[in-house]
Amino acid sequence: MTARIAYCTDMEKSVLSNNFEKRGWIQVGPDDEWNFYWAGAQTCRSLFSVDSGYRMNDNQMINHFPTHYELTRKDLLVKNIKRYRRELEREGSPLAARDATGRYIHLDFLPTTFMLPADYNLFVEEFRRNPNTTWILKPAGRSQGVGIFLVNKLAQIKKWSRDTKSSFNPALVKDTYVISRYIENPLLIGGKKFDLRMYVLVTSYRPLKAYMYKQGFCRFCTVRYDTSGQELDNMFVHLTNVSIQKHGEEYNSVHGGKWPVRTLRLYLEGTRGKARTDKLFADVTWLVVHSLRAVAPIMASDRHCFECYGYDIIIDDQLKPWMIEVNASPSMTSTTANDRIMKYKLVDDIISIVLPPDGVPNVHWNKIPANDKSGDFELLLDEELYQNSDHSATHRGKNSDRHSAPRWK
Amino acid sequence: MASKMLRQGLGTNITAIVNRLASELQNTPFYNDFLADVQTTMATQNFNKERFGAECYEWAQGTSLDTRLRNALYHLMHVQPTLLANPDTPRHVLKEPLTYIRKAQSAWERRLVKCVNSMTAELGVPLSRRRTKQEKEEFSDRWASLSTEETDLTMIRPVYAPKDFLEVLASLRNPNYDEAVEENLWGSIQLPFKVNDIKGLVELYGELAYCCKHTGLDEAVAGEYKANLTLAEERLILGQKVVERNHGPLSRELIKSGCPTSLRGVLWHQVLGLEITDKHYKHFDELVQAVLQHDLLVDKLIMKDIQLTASNDDQYFVFEDILFQVLLCFFRDTEVLSHFEHSSASPPLAVARGNTPSPDALVAYPPCGVIPFHGFTMYAAPLSCLYEDPVPLYFTFREMYCRYWYRLHIVTSHSQGAAALALQFELLLQSCETRLWQHCCAMSIQLLPIVFKWIVRAFSGYLVPDQLFHLWDVVLAWESLEVLPVLALAIVSFRRENLMDVTSQQAAEAVLADITAISVIPLLKLALAADRGREREP
Repeated sequence: MTARIAYCTDMEKSVLSNNFEKRGWIQVGPDDEWNFYWAGAQTCRSLFSVDSGYRMNDNQMINHFPTHYELTRKDLLVKNIKRYRRELEREGSPLAARDATGRYIHLDFLPTTFMLPADYNLFVEEFRRNPNTTWILKPAGRSQGVGIFLVNKLAQIKKWSRDTKSSFNPALVKDTYVISRYIENPLLIGGKKFDLRMYVLVTSYRPLKAYMYKQGFCRFCTVRYDTSGQELDNMFVHLTNVSIQKHGEEYNSVHGGKWPVRTLRLYLEGTRGKARTDKLFADVTWLVVHSLRAVAPIMASDRHCFECYGYDIIIDDQLKPWMIEVNASPSMTSTTANDRIMKYKLVDDIISIVLPPDGVPNVHWNKIPANDKSGDFELLLDEELYQNSDHSATHRGKNSDRHSAPRWK
Repeated sequence: MASKMLRQGLGTNITAIVNRLASELQNTPFYNDFLADVQTTMATQNFNKERFGAECYEWAQGTSLDTRLRNALYHLMHVQPTLLANPDTPRHVLKEPLTYIRKAQSAWERRLVKCVNSMTAELGVPLSRRRTKQEKEEFSDRWASLSTEETDLTMIRPVYAPKDFLEVLASLRNPNYDEAVEENLWGSIQLPFKVNDIKGLVELYGELAYCCKHTGLDEAVAGEYKANLTLAEERLILGQKVVERNHGPLSRELIKSGCPTSLRGVLWHQVLGLEITDKHYKHFDELVQAVLQHDLLVDKLIMKDIQLTASNDDQYFVFEDILFQVLLCFFRDTEVLSHFEHSSASPPLAVARGNTPSPDALVAYPPCGVIPFHGFTMYAAPLSCLYEDPVPLYFTFREMYCRYWYRLHIVTSHSQGAAALALQFELLLQSCETRLWQHCCAMSIQLLPIVFKWIVRAFSGYLVPDQLFHLWDVVLAWESLEVLPVLALAIVSFRRENLMDVTSQQAAEAVLADITAISVIPLLKLALAADRGREREP
C-alpha cells in the first residue's frame, strides 16, 4: 500500500496549494517526513548548509538547487558568464568569437557590468570611454526593484560610495552592488517600456535538462518612456517590476500591465516581419541555454532538486534581447485573474515534469519525462538525450566544436 | 418568357451600369494621376495610327497600369455598391427598400439623438465647443498620451449598448406578415427576411468547408506543393509573390486559405483597395487639427468607451494612447458620411450655433454621422496589433467600418445587417442544433442575447487577437458578415454538452462567458462540413 505523498510549503499561495490538494497530497511541516517541498530561498540555505547535517532521503524532492545563487545573484551571474566566455575562447570555440571592437559576437547578451566596489576603477575607465551613457546600480542580492537607481554622471557614483561607506547600516555595507550599462533604447510598444518574463525549469545540471514555458509575459510600465534624462528618478518610467508598478497612479488591476508573449509575437510578426521576430525568439532561447551552460559546471547538481527560474529580459529597439537577471523564486502571487490561471498551470506542469511516472519523488528516476507530461513547457535542452542519440546514431562527421554546442529541439 | 425579359432588362442596364461606373471612376482622385501615368508611358510607345485602339488595348494587358485600373475599379465597386444597382432606383429605396424598416431606423435614430441631447442638457456640456488657445496647446502637448487625460468622465454613460439594440430589433414587426398564414418565426427576431440556411452557407463558404490546407487549422503540416516546407513557410513564399502582384482579387483568394501573419497588414490593404499615400497623411493631420480645434460631447463618449473597453482589455491595453488618437479623428471625419449612401441610416443633423435653422445650415453631428455605442472602440482595437503607425491604422479601421461594421448597429433589411444575422443565428440553431434549441426553450434560456454581443462587435475583445484575425480574414475574403452567426453557432455546438446540462439563463451565460480558448477555423470547418443527416448535394 503506497502512502500518500506529503508536501511542505513555505508560502501560502493558492496556485501552489490548489495544485498539491488536487493531487490528493497531504500537508506536513518542514520537520516531518515530506516528499515534496516548495521552499523559499532562506529555507534552502539552512537546509543545504554543511552545519545543518540534513540529509534528504531517496523519496524527497525540493524546488531549489543548493548553489542556485551562482545563477541568481547578479554579481555571481556576471562572474560566471565572463568565466564561461573566457573558457570558450581558450578552447578556440567559434562561439566565443569576437568582433573588431572586442565584443563577443554570439555571446553578447549581458549588458556591460561591473562589481562595486571591487571593479570600481575598471568601471571608471569604461565610463570615461563612453561618457554619455546611463548606468543602473543594483544591489547584488536584492529583488523586487529594491535599492535600484540610475546614474549618468560619475559624481553621482562618488557621492553614493561616500554615503554607503560612512553609513552604519550593516545591510548597506554588506551588499555588493553591480553597475550595468542601462539599455537606453528599449523596444517601446504603445510608447511604453516593458520587459519579458520567461519561466525556465531546470531538472538537472549535469546532464543539463532545461524546459522553457511557452506562456511568458511582458510587464509594462504604466508611464510613457522618457529618454530626456529628466525622468531618471521616476522609477515608474524605468523599472518594470510589478512590485513597483502596482503603486503607480495609472496601475490597472484588471490587466496588471501584463501582456501575453503570444500577443507580443503576433504584434512583432505583423509589424516587423517573421524573420526578425523568429530571430528574436531564437536569441532568447540561445541566451537562456548559454546562461545555464555557464553555471552548469559549478552548480551542485543534486538529484533531489529542480528549480523554476524567472528570467527577466529586455528587448532593445533593434530586437536584440538582453539578460537582466534570473530569479530563483519567481513570484507565485497572482495580480490578475489571467495571471492566476497561468501560474496555476505553470505549477501544474512543473510538477508533472519533475515527478516520475508513478507520481512519487524518486532520486533514482532518469528524469526523462514522457512527451505528454510537458504541458506548456517546451524542451529546451536535454544533454542526456542528446548524448544517447549521439552514441546510438552512426557517426555523422560532426566537427568537435559542435559537440560542445547545445542540441536544439 | 420571364427569364428572357429579365435578361433583356439586365442587358440594357449593364451598359448603363458600366457607363455609370466609368464616369464615377473619372471622378475619383485616382483618375487624374492614372491618366497622367498612362499618357507618359504611352508616349514612349510607337502605336500604329489606324490600329491605335486595338494596339493600345493589347499593350496594356498585363502591365502594372492594367492592374492599377482593375484595382481602382474593384475598389470603387466595393466602396459604392449602389453604383451596381439599377440606375432608375430612387435613392431612399437604394438605402432601404422596406418602408417599415425605414420607419424603424428613423425612430431608432431619433431615440439616439434624443439621448445625446438630454445628455448635453443634463451635464451642461455643449455638443461642440471651440477650444481656447491654452486648451488647444495643452491638448496638443498631451496628444501622444491621451490615456492620461484627466477629464472627468464619471458622469458620462454610453448612449446605448448592444443589448438595447437587440431589444429594438426584437420588437420590430412586419405589418404585412400574417402569422396565421405564413411560416412561423420561433425566435426573438420576428422579421421574415431571406437569409441563407446551412446549405446556402456551405455553398457560399465552399472552399472554407472543403479545403483542408488552411494555416488557421494547422500551419505545421507539410506544404501542399513542397513537402519539405511547412504549410506556413510555403504560404509565406506564395504570399510574398501575391503581395508583389498587388491585385486585390488575387490577394483575396490567397487569404481564403489563411493569411501569413507577417503579410496580413499589407494583404488587408490590397483586399480593401487601400494604398496609403501622402494624401492620407495630410488628411489625418487635418483631422488632428480638427480635434484640437473643437471639443465635442461625442469625444467624451468615445473616451469613456475606450476607458471601459480597450484600457481594461488584456490584449489591447498597451495601445490605448494610439486608439484615443484614431477614434477622436474618426468622429471628425466627414468623408465617412459617404457610406450613408448605401446604408439605411442617415446622419443626425444639427444646426451650427448662430445660424437660423434651415436645410442649408444643417451639419452632421458628430461630423462623421455615427453616434458611438458601448464597445465601438473594439472595431479599431485589434488593428493596433497590425499597424504601428496611426495613419494606416486609421484608414484601415475607417474602411472596414464603412464597408462592414456599420451594418451591425443599424436597423436594415440587408442580408448582412444585425437583424438578418440575428435571425440567421436563430434559424441555424433551430435547424442544426434542434435538441439544444428545444432544451433552451424548455428552460427559458435565450442564446441570442449572449451571441448578439459577439456579433455586434464582430467578436473583437471576445476572441484572442490571432484567432480574431483568422475570423476577420474570412470576413474580408468572402466579403460577407455571415460568418459571424456561423461562428456563433459553431461555438454553441462546441459547448453543446455543457449547455444541455444547464437549466438557467445565468448558467448558460457562464458556459459562454469565456471564449478566449476558441480556435476559429477548426470550428468553422466543423460547422460547415458537419454531416448531421442533412441532405447534401454530391
